[in-house]
Amino acid sequence: MSTQIRVLLAKVGLDGHDRGVKVVARTLRDAGMDVVYSGLHRTPEEVVTAAVQEDVDILGVSLLSGVQMTVFPKIFALLKEHKVEDMIVVAGGVMPDEDVIELKRMGVAEVLLQDTPPQHIIDTLTGLVKARGDR
Amino acid sequence: MARPYIPSLDLIEPAARGETWAVARLISRAEAGTPEVREAIGEIYRRAGKAHVVGITGVPGSGKSTMVSKLVRKLLDAGERVAVVAIDPSSPYSGGSILGDRIRMSDLVLDPNVFIRSMATRGAVGGMAHAALDVVDILDLAGFDRIIIETVGVGQDEVEIAKASHTTVVVSAPGLGDEIQAIKAGILEIADLHVVSKCDRSDANRTLTDLKTMLKDGLGSALTRGWLPPVIGTSSYDDQGFEELISGFGKHLAHLDGPAGAARREQISVFRLKKAAEALMLERLRRHPAFEPEGRRVAARQTDPYAAASGIVKQFSMEKPHV
Repeated sequence: MSTQIRVLLAKVGLDGHDRGVKVVARTLRDAGMDVVYSGLHRTPEEVVTAAVQEDVDILGVSLLSGVQMTVFPKIFALLKEHKVEDMIVVAGGVMPDEDVIELKRMGVAEVLLQDTPPQHIIDTLTGLVKARGDR
Repeated sequence: MARPYIPSLDLIEPAARGETWAVARLISRAEAGTPEVREAIGEIYRRAGKAHVVGITGVPGSGKSTMVSKLVRKLLDAGERVAVVAIDPSSPYSGGSILGDRIRMSDLVLDPNVFIRSMATRGAVGGMAHAALDVVDILDLAGFDRIIIETVGVGQDEVEIAKASHTTVVVSAPGLGDEIQAIKAGILEIADLHVVSKCDRSDANRTLTDLKTMLKDGLGSALTRGWLPPVIGTSSYDDQGFEELISGFGKHLAHLDGPAGAARREQISVFRLKKAAEALMLERLRRHPAFEPEGRRVAARQTDPYAAASGIVKQFSMEKPHV
């Protein structure tokens, strides 16, 4: 009965590429985490509502469509509205270096780009939850 | 970013006001099963008891999630507040899980009167999750009128759900078996309401007939005496049968308010109590210091597993609990 890490993996907007996020879901499951998958074509509102109800430790948003600078500000505003500013937000997918810098400034805890080895994803998420402590 | 740990007792009031973050956090704490949360769960239990708890079960692929999604939409349209606990299996190897029932309920998410929570079984049997009953109480406290527990798609004799819910719905799909399947013991016996899903399919009539015949032969609900479970055909595709299903809930609730209902409600409480006692006992028993030395003696064949286990249990039951 230990505390298990809960993750919501989400795909937002018109981006229909979910092979990557499904591989990540499987990787995290095999690392012993509970993974909720949102399915494709969600809005930021749907994703944040789900993340709050599921009370996940980590909200992971996968984007391959280039809309990160629109989506993440919305997500942070919504998290605040729902009183869960302490949720860890992680971005994944393909995005330019200058966006990565800006996303981190915005509050994204980590940006995991393409070619990230699976074990590195596991270690990163585990480390983030550990650093946050009990909640 | 970080914020101080909020004690579980302090989450009760915001949860009772229906604040989603507090409800969700209490559920996580109940799932983790820390001793700290138990006092809060006790308080919540004493304040809960208003909601109608519906268990929905059936074999994998019978269309449970899709049906639940349609059903919840109808209940919301009728002005109810509805919570769904969707249970999916944990991996027996890693302990992890992929919880995907939400995907089929995605058009409900933004309705302010619905709350959906996914849970993993974490090794619990019978299609339920360990903390599911505590979760039901938390949702009840939060003011949901109807709480739907959707179990893992289970096999044939997993009946825990029936001992935990007021009304149990067993979903069968056409084409999964013949009339012999319908008269076997197990999951079909626990139904207060039978649903045959996918009734837009041509072979659905056969399944409906098989179930009705089985019930006429006297193989009805093993749990609610004096109640003949109706067989309701639904089609999530054609949007059929849901009014009948909801009116079936009403009839079963009215039945439970009669003398037969008292027995059912008592049975739920006894089950609950047994589960709580089992959890406490197991937690203590598993930590018992005699396992290692006795295990070595078993390995060396100086004793056998049964004799050693009975010795440990005897010793354990005489010790004072310090919980």
